[in-house]
Amino acid sequence: MFEAVLLTVITAATPLLIAAVGELVVERSGVLNLGVEGMMIMGAVVGFAVANQTGSGSLGVVAAIVAGMAMSALFGFLVLILVTNQVASGLALTILGLGLSGMIGEAFIGVPGLRLPELYIPVLSEIPFVGPVFFQQDALVYVSFLLVGAVSYMLFKTRAGLILRAVGDNHVSAHALGYSVVRVRFMAILFGGACAGLAGAYMSLAYTPQWVENMTAGRGWIALALVVFASWLPFRVVAGAYLFGAVTVLTFHAQAQGLGIPSQFLSSLPYLATIAVLVLISANRRLTLVNTPACLGKPFVPDR
Amino acid sequence: MKSILRGAIAALALTAAGSVAQAADLKACFVYVGPVGDFGWSYQHDQGRLAVEEHFGDRVETAYLESVPEGPDAERAIERFARDGCGLIFTTSFGYMNPTIKVAKKFPDVKFEHATGYKTADNVATYNSKFHEGRYIIGQIAAKQSKTGVAGYIASFPIPEVVSGINAFMLGAQSINPDFKLKVVWVNTWFDPGKEADAAKALIDQGADIITQHTDSTAPLQVAQERGVHGFGQASDMINFAKDAQYTAIIDDWAPYYIERVQEVLDGKWHSHSAWDGIAEGHVVMAPYTNLPDDVVEMAKATEAKIKGGWEPFTGPITKQDGTEAAADGVRLEDGAILGMNWYVKGIDDKLPQ
Amino acid sequence: MRIELVKRKEHSGVMALLSPVIAVGLTLIAAALIFTLTGKDPALGLYKFFIEPLTDTWSLQEIVVKATPLVLIACGLAVCYLSNNWNIGAEGQFVFGAICGSFLPILIPDFANGATLPLMLVFGALGGAAWGLIPALLKTRFNTNEILTSLMLVYVAGLLLDYLVRGPWRDPGGYNFPESLIFSDAATLPVIGDGRMSISAPIAVLVVVVLAVVLAKTLKGFEIRVMGESPRAGSFAGFSSKRLTIFAFALAGALAGLAGTMEVSGSLNQLLPTISPGYGFTAIIVAFLGRLNPIGILIAGFVLALSYIGGEAVQASMGVSDKIASVIQGLLLFFVLACDTFILYRLRFVKSRKSAGVPEVSHV
Repeated sequence: MFEAVLLTVITAATPLLIAAVGELVVERSGVLNLGVEGMMIMGAVVGFAVANQTGSGSLGVVAAIVAGMAMSALFGFLVLILVTNQVASGLALTILGLGLSGMIGEAFIGVPGLRLPELYIPVLSEIPFVGPVFFQQDALVYVSFLLVGAVSYMLFKTRAGLILRAVGDNHVSAHALGYSVVRVRFMAILFGGACAGLAGAYMSLAYTPQWVENMTAGRGWIALALVVFASWLPFRVVAGAYLFGAVTVLTFHAQAQGLGIPSQFLSSLPYLATIAVLVLISANRRLTLVNTPACLGKPFVPDR
Repeated sequence: MKSILRGAIAALALTAAGSVAQAADLKACFVYVGPVGDFGWSYQHDQGRLAVEEHFGDRVETAYLESVPEGPDAERAIERFARDGCGLIFTTSFGYMNPTIKVAKKFPDVKFEHATGYKTADNVATYNSKFHEGRYIIGQIAAKQSKTGVAGYIASFPIPEVVSGINAFMLGAQSINPDFKLKVVWVNTWFDPGKEADAAKALIDQGADIITQHTDSTAPLQVAQERGVHGFGQASDMINFAKDAQYTAIIDDWAPYYIERVQEVLDGKWHSHSAWDGIAEGHVVMAPYTNLPDDVVEMAKATEAKIKGGWEPFTGPITKQDGTEAAADGVRLEDGAILGMNWYVKGIDDKLPQ
Repeated sequence: MRIELVKRKEHSGVMALLSPVIAVGLTLIAAALIFTLTGKDPALGLYKFFIEPLTDTWSLQEIVVKATPLVLIACGLAVCYLSNNWNIGAEGQFVFGAICGSFLPILIPDFANGATLPLMLVFGALGGAAWGLIPALLKTRFNTNEILTSLMLVYVAGLLLDYLVRGPWRDPGGYNFPESLIFSDAATLPVIGDGRMSISAPIAVLVVVVLAVVLAKTLKGFEIRVMGESPRAGSFAGFSSKRLTIFAFALAGALAGLAGTMEVSGSLNQLLPTISPGYGFTAIIVAFLGRLNPIGILIAGFVLALSYIGGEAVQASMGVSDKIASVIQGLLLFFVLACDTFILYRLRFVKSRKSAGVPEVSHV
């Protein structure tokens, strides 16, 4: 049973993980994109629509990524070229995404969806316990693991990652050294959009293969919390996503076990837990200061 | 001069006749709490509306507003329809009750139909369906089919309608297997596929091999299909989402009621009432029985016939969870007791959230 | 050939006036496009969405009813955002304030006299302020990001309301349905006019005026604006960002809680599991659309309320999707943000250096 619970937790945590990793890169470059929810839901609807029309789940996933990138490009144009307020622009993106996705998705409600196939990795998936849990999952679960590894490697072991972090920590100096702050941030924003779109595709093509309005149900906001929670370190995002997923799933198990705790209290546990962990992490000033991108949210306009 | 006047009057008369011929006799308007595409509660109400359009053709015009949240916006939506010339307005959610009464006071010539409520007025009727009849049948099927003797119930909110559904399901199951067990999870939403899927998985992991729900999405059945267990659709026939997993579904068929009430308004015979009908009147319909052996289908159909013949599933002996008697042998539970039910029957181990 | 943004030496007064006009114009064009793309008559759609609601006294009053909580909450949010306190949890403060404001009529229904309503409003404001103080204190003492804490508390407040209305505060005469008892007349907001407008509307206008004066003319207002733009300069002047954070969140929470209580004692007359169609979040848009200026917020609140009423109108009469309102709102916010850029910056076209000699520069 523990194995089954773990499988459920992995499924619940994956969209959070993918979206959070993308946003982590964006924030490391110094930009705060509150529009994750809007990009995710657009990815979900476009992914579902394309998969439904073409019969191909893979095409749906690709389309979802493109949709997420398109939304984030709009955001990038606003905050990098027109230098608008990042908080407001992110919120506008979310509102627009929720509305647009509802409109696009109207034709697809009540339509049974395509489900992304599970990938069985031969031999490895036969290992008792570890096998099914880690090696017999939706393709996107594997992608999420690879993504975390790749982002961590990129950020801390490559020159590109160094430049990205420099831009996020001190955009004035980075600019003086000749790096194009706008271009680096724009690339980061596009990557964040791609991840959010992918996470959305997971929702509508694997988690619950169908389309309904607002199906992301606030997961974009949780992903944002996870980035802070993880002090902008990729592997900690994994811990956060799985912790949040676990608390959510376990509340149902607690109910099914017949524990007489009010269900509303159980439902509020994931949110209270997030606050508690956020407080603990931020209270450790040294940890926070070391990892927070110093220029997060600050607009950048080069003086010539 | 006279000929011009005659000509003008003739022209006016022709125009008036022409517009009367084209204008509908009645505008019937519908307020939905969720999206029409939820494939559940609101979808079925809209199917009812479409049936009205088809049945009456040009005589009746319809309009609808969807996703109107309960709360301050509801009153405005209902009043808007009253002002727009709707003669009959259906408000399809419990939370619309007080706004409906308020607007009805201001517009005494407009007729209102409020679903699942309990306040009526001269121009406000209430209507509801005996969904619990369907629940009893699926409870029986569950007990027959379950190998583990445990079913999982994904419930939305602890309101009487949901509680009576759980109890009816349990009574049906106990009529086949007195030791049948039920696990209930409250998801605190009518519609959230992600949450419903997670709840279904948790229930299955805890040993349930039959899943049933009082929430609106198809997600639990999809999970059942994936995991190789079985379940029941809710509000609509969800067979397309779970070809091998769905045994049957409880379908809310509002069409006969809506057509009947519109006809009454057209005939001038409409009056307020509190309607509560079920399988016998065609308001609750069981979806085709699938993935079941013949003898179970026979049993289900026999129960349906029994209910159509007037039998009430909440007929004693019924014992409450705390041991007191709710109904003696052969005694029907009163309508009020069912509509306000806030206790579990004996045999359910969970505590009902109070 | 490149386009560059160059900071203006001072804010362009012309653009400050033109920007919202251009933004609205662009939104209208986009709306017409959406109507056309979905197969509806754009002219009729625009008329029914933007103009018709203004022609009828009933819908005008409904616009005011919808705008009032938006304006109240947005005023508080403006103070927060001006001082760099990103309060995203106004929705939770609204709900918790409503809970606190309702405890008198629900738990002591016999206390029904002239003091009931004022006490309810005071409790509501205090409750909202308390809920707002949680993220504020977490920020000042533990340096926790207030965007996330205030947001998480929205969910918690909603679940608390749900628990109360379904459990301890349920109406004993209500057949176990999730609703509280109906408030007595003494606990109901007095109505103005023949519609649903109540005294909450003039209260909102009063708050707008008071806040406008405070921000423009008083030391507190100066403190708020300075600490937002340059905290270091502010600290030299003796202002404490921590105390300001507490003040801003408490004020925003109080206003949101007040709005919540007035909503519950006005239109609803009882507590239900859902008492807000997202006012707290829509108010964020209103705050930005109003450029964080109370008078601007009053106008923006009215415009946004109009978009809701208009959205419902086109849905009811033309069968347009109910999503159209939020799409138009999102676009409006986008365009306002984009056009506002030109108040602070101007465009400059720079020919690439590859062409002969000195680059030609033309200004816009």
